[in-house]
Amino acid sequence: MGRTLAEKVWDDHVVRRAEGEPDLLFIDLHLLHEVTSPQAFDGLRQAGRPVRRLDLTIATEDHNTPTLDIDKPIADPVSRAQLETLRKNCADFGVRLHPLGDVEQGVVHVVGPQLGLTQPGTTVVCGDSHTSTHGAFGALAFGIGTSQVEHVLATQTLPLARPKTMAITVEGELPDEVTAKDLILAIIARIGTGGGQGYILEYRGSAIEKLSMEARMTICNMSIEAGARAGMIAPDATTFDYLKGRDHAPEGEDWDAAVAYWNTLRSDDDAVFDAEVVIDAAELAPFVTWGTNPGQGAPLSASVPDPASYEDASERYAAEKALEYMGLTAGQPLREISVDTVFVGSCTNGRIEDLRNAASVLDGRKVADGVRMLVVPGSVRVALQAVSEGLDKVFTEAGAEWRHAGCSMCLGMNPDQLAPGERSASTSNRNFEGRQGKGGRTHLVSPQVAAATAVLGHLASPADLSDARTPAGVR
Amino acid sequence: MEAFTAHTGRVVPLRRSNVDTDQIIPAHWLKKVTRDGFEDGLFEAWRKDENFVLNRPERQGASVLVAGPDFGTGSSREHAVWALQNYGFKTVVSSRFADIFRGNSLKNGLLTVVLEQKVVDALWDLTEADPTAEVTVDLEARQVRAEGITADFELDENARWRLLNGLDDISLTLQNEADIAAYEASRPAFKPRTIAA
Ligand code: SF4
Repeated sequence: MGRTLAEKVWDDHVVRRAEGEPDLLFIDLHLLHEVTSPQAFDGLRQAGRPVRRLDLTIATEDHNTPTLDIDKPIADPVSRAQLETLRKNCADFGVRLHPLGDVEQGVVHVVGPQLGLTQPGTTVVCGDSHTSTHGAFGALAFGIGTSQVEHVLATQTLPLARPKTMAITVEGELPDEVTAKDLILAIIARIGTGGGQGYILEYRGSAIEKLSMEARMTICNMSIEAGARAGMIAPDATTFDYLKGRDHAPEGEDWDAAVAYWNTLRSDDDAVFDAEVVIDAAELAPFVTWGTNPGQGAPLSASVPDPASYEDASERYAAEKALEYMGLTAGQPLREISVDTVFVGSCTNGRIEDLRNAASVLDGRKVADGVRMLVVPGSVRVALQAVSEGLDKVFTEAGAEWRHAGCSMCLGMNPDQLAPGERSASTSNRNFEGRQGKGGRTHLVSPQVAAATAVLGHLASPADLSDARTPAGVR
Repeated sequence: MEAFTAHTGRVVPLRRSNVDTDQIIPAHWLKKVTRDGFEDGLFEAWRKDENFVLNRPERQGASVLVAGPDFGTGSSREHAVWALQNYGFKTVVSSRFADIFRGNSLKNGLLTVVLEQKVVDALWDLTEADPTAEVTVDLEARQVRAEGITADFELDENARWRLLNGLDDISLTLQNEADIAAYEASRPAFKPRTIAA
């Protein structure tokens, strides 16, 4: 019987398989950041263990880093201590680190791919749930906890039970205004925040094959919001083109050998998935969330749902709670929801293509009075690229703030936060209560919707702009 | 890691579904660089409400959390497990746990028990009516017992064995050093490296 993509990559990394035990899996790439690693390094120290494979380990600073005044000492002593702890740990153990101020610094899931370290058929882990992002390359990539971080540092392996596989097949053409973000939000609304639990998702079908690497990363990034262990997309020419020539991509004979292997990484025609969901791309529309989990979303043209319409009691209760927290009433058209903050950035939508898309909507327009718009590139490299294309000017001329790279308002561990009651349209991945600051209210959106929302001051898509031009991204 | 054989204690019934890790321990607590001292951050936002179940005087000292479905969704932060343990919980019961949270909990010796929602409902009813009611979670027998309730639960044999013996995963894995070295020797040359080896 044929195997799925996930099964192939899994099988290629089994170090040891024994009856009644989880498989011991080899890890090709271990990404570290300041938040989930200190206790792991401490564990190593206490046990007197070294890092087994420094050449498969890399660290960056992202969650706590400020996006303004980065040359000044970090104001919050606790944030500073966490960054200093990472610097000390990396120095003590010999781990390659890209600290604040370094040209390769940025959100860990933006840094791995742009360095060419994330490659098809590799296993990638990080103490961060959005590690699923790297699955866009046909890598098996998943978030782990701090104990597992310590385990990988010490052994370069992880004992794991093999998850089931689910195919998410998206056929057809995405309509003009519909982006990868809209697609993944629609998928999560469809299968629910627990729908992917226990599964590795494989996104496939003609609509997925047409997507850029950036768009694929947006989709795989949010697999975890459907509860999945990981998300994957089979590598193809788009993947190889993205990788070719990057710092850590193979070269010469190695490149040829790699491509030959990468070409085998697709689910066999007779492979059997444990579950399958089919989605018609043509039916999709710009999508936004109204609630406090990423599954509570709807097309922008819809209205805030009535909790009473839910048959399931716990869903009904969750919807009631969400409306209360979000300060919304059932039946209110989503387009009439005003925001005070717009955030473009994060490992979901902080890559160059995302910034281009947002800029193309903002170009020649102004951010509405009373709206604060933050544009935070996912990495320093993304920022430099954006500057070289003049995108920073587009943002600042429109009245948006152009910031330094990092996680920023995605989770508000640095000073970029919502005040209680403030409402944002955000290109990040989580709209949980208090995620962007205590009492803050988050609507998840695509970069295009974020930009149009900034201009109009309420949730909107580029088509809503009275002087609507060509669709975003196709100028 | 502390071994877990069986535990008997009073219950905090948490009638909420989809309790994500941001609710269990908000992000600003993640700046700490130790594994202890997270108890005050546990459910921090909800604890501002004096009627929140954890704040009720009759729930002080309870060590078994019985929660709604999809407990522990969201971020992979292991701090969520530490916060529950620091607070004094030994075990959490739910009809469904998020995968990463479950993995983290078992690695730290916090037993996460999956029971059908109707048993969870029965545990809620029992312990809401009588806050002094005790619940026993018996890992040896793989059974949860309380007055009028007996329910078997499943846990894979390997995880159970490690919990029962309090075994640390890293030492167990390092017993397979030869297998790891053999695998490393056979890795293709084109695989990426972060630094020259
Ligand atoms: S950008 Fe947001 S989701 Fe991504 S790693 Fe940073 S905090 Fe996590």
